[in-house]
Amino acid sequence: MAVNTETIDAVEKATKDYKYGFITDIETEFAPKGLSEDIVKFISKKNDEPLWLLEWRLESYRKWLKMNNEEPKWANIHFPEIDFQDAYYYAAPKTDAEKPKSLDEIDPEILSTYNKLGIPIKEQEMLAGIVGSGNVAVDAVFDSVSVATTFKSKLSELGIIFCPISEAVKEHPDLVKKYLGSVVPQTDNFYAALNSAVYSDGSFVYIPEGVRCPMDLSTYFRINAAETGQFERTLIIADKGSYVSYLEGCTAPMRDENQLHAAVVELVALDNAEIKYSTVQNWYPGDENGKGGIYNFVTKRGACRGVNSKISWTQVETGSAITWKYPSVLLQGDNSVGEFYSVAISNKKQQADTGTKMIHIGKNTKSTIISKGISAGYGQQTYRGLVRMQAGADNATNFSQCDSLLIGKNCGGHTVPYIDSRNPTSQVAHEATTSKISDEQLFYVQQRGLNPEEAVALIVNGFAKEVLKKLPMEFAVEAQKLLGVSLEGSVG
Amino acid sequence: MGTALEIKDLHVEVENNKILKGLSLKIEHGEMAAIMGPNGAGKSTLASVLAGKEGYNVTRGTIEYLGKDLLEMSTEDRASAGVFLAFQYPVEIPGVATSTFVRTALNAQRRNRGEEELDAMEFLKLARQRAKELEMSEDFFQRAVNVGFSGGEKKRAEVFQMSMLSPSLAILDETDSGLDIDALKIVAEGVNKLRDDKLSGIVITHYQRLLDYLQPDTVHILAEGKIIKTGDKSLALKLEEKGYQGITEAN
Repeated sequence: MAVNTETIDAVEKATKDYKYGFITDIETEFAPKGLSEDIVKFISKKNDEPLWLLEWRLESYRKWLKMNNEEPKWANIHFPEIDFQDAYYYAAPKTDAEKPKSLDEIDPEILSTYNKLGIPIKEQEMLAGIVGSGNVAVDAVFDSVSVATTFKSKLSELGIIFCPISEAVKEHPDLVKKYLGSVVPQTDNFYAALNSAVYSDGSFVYIPEGVRCPMDLSTYFRINAAETGQFERTLIIADKGSYVSYLEGCTAPMRDENQLHAAVVELVALDNAEIKYSTVQNWYPGDENGKGGIYNFVTKRGACRGVNSKISWTQVETGSAITWKYPSVLLQGDNSVGEFYSVAISNKKQQADTGTKMIHIGKNTKSTIISKGISAGYGQQTYRGLVRMQAGADNATNFSQCDSLLIGKNCGGHTVPYIDSRNPTSQVAHEATTSKISDEQLFYVQQRGLNPEEAVALIVNGFAKEVLKKLPMEFAVEAQKLLGVSLEGSVG
Repeated sequence: MGTALEIKDLHVEVENNKILKGLSLKIEHGEMAAIMGPNGAGKSTLASVLAGKEGYNVTRGTIEYLGKDLLEMSTEDRASAGVFLAFQYPVEIPGVATSTFVRTALNAQRRNRGEEELDAMEFLKLARQRAKELEMSEDFFQRAVNVGFSGGEKKRAEVFQMSMLSPSLAILDETDSGLDIDALKIVAEGVNKLRDDKLSGIVITHYQRLLDYLQPDTVHILAEGKIIKTGDKSLALKLEEKGYQGITEAN
């Protein structure tokens, strides 16, 4: 098929700078390089943690050491050996020993970074009422430490706890002890064990019985210091009859070396409770040669403990050099519902092995999986999904739809579905399609007046629409634009 | 009236095959010209080259449209300048509602021309009006572009898009193919409703029936890569009688 060389040239000239690739120059406090029991103790001390947590960390670290020779290599991704000793496991902007009481005490450079990212860290800015910014409470994490939590007082009137996990450990130890590691145990996998040992901070959310959280809760991460891994730990608990919608957004600056992001997110939904967790991930993807970029190896899992409970994961993954994650749901309670909606883009030299696990344990449980994978450039993407119906999962149902869209002829899309059913009354339905953006489609759209980039963005948004409309409004618009930006340079 | 489109001595190759071999053609403002000819003569090639499709190598000749060098313009710029191609086989765009598509296209063109874009309400008002004029139901607004449309629905949707984008040069590429008698009449009537002094049309077709409805001002016969005969609408009737061979031989 004849290729338009003019288009390729134009597209190469228009290399779009990664908009968030700036570096904030602030004083950062590092733990010494490398990983050892001393580093674990250092992190625990920095967070002023109680003994039980330090011991939990050390236990995780020892378990991780035992796993050290069994680094998982089964995924369809390729990367050079990670030297776990050649990194800093703790980096926090220097502040006074005491945590800041008001925004005035926060390093102004940090605030300016967040302003650049457009994060509404100041309540005043949000109250000024920019259309679409809505009511979002933000807990901002900057290189391992939660910098500020807004709207805290409003939420606490309702009994909602939304704070850094380091704070929750001290203020609400019973809750943390009860649920930390209950959904993702320390030994779950190599990176979860690592995270359990060296996580520095993250978000903690508790919604009390019967409360519907009136605003979206949001956390914004940023990996800034070079050679640091970011290991945040998030724990969200929705008590009986409660509801919460949580947004996770991320960016990272451009660097030559790769940075590891090994987070753990645990969700617990009790009877009649619902948790909606949305992620728009735009980590630095690496350059056209695959150099630099974030390794996004995360473990996310939700447990529908209670009857009639519901957990949905919605993700738009456009960044990272390598994405390796399977947000999953354990459907323990009868009638519980698990959902996974995903749009993942692999452009240039990005790689992704991502998907979900829906484990049906209770009766009449239901799961829905809609995965839209878009590959362009030399990107490689694999959807890997597991639907398991355990013996007791009477009348459980699953519907999965996995669609791949290929742009150009050098990329790849792969689908690896696992279906494991041990109950004869359960039903599993799986559909998969693979398609490409045809030259005919592009010409048709261009003939109506759109330029090549606008044409690709339109077609891709149409492809991903089913997933995008599940996003909370704050994210939906950002996600649409992001799809267009992430695919720049893919036409030709 | 004035010349809208002037093609001079156009030579076009596709993958080293010479398709158009010195085609010249002039179209006035408000003129509707039919182009007929045997398969492989180059009719679709002409339509594609005018619209700016890739894969066609112009080795000689010029195309001037409203005083501009059309061959220097990108596909989308030609569209903004008023060129509209009603495709022979309109392609599907899953997940993109027809109204979203048309609004995005219309506003992209307006932006390119420095005109104000239409907001959602203004657009909907215009869309409803046009649909009514074309006697089309609004049901298809929310349907994905051409997805699950019958042949007739696709062609009518093309005419709807044309009416929304208000082109000044409309190229209808075998719009009648795949249509039954009733659908053909509806499509032709739709096109007729859009005719005025500012719209020039090129109608590519094999068949007289469409021309019965459209009543073109001029009929050209394209054979062996160029226009070999030009006449008024009676030429089409002669073609029905004698066939392409008959006309070519008579030359």
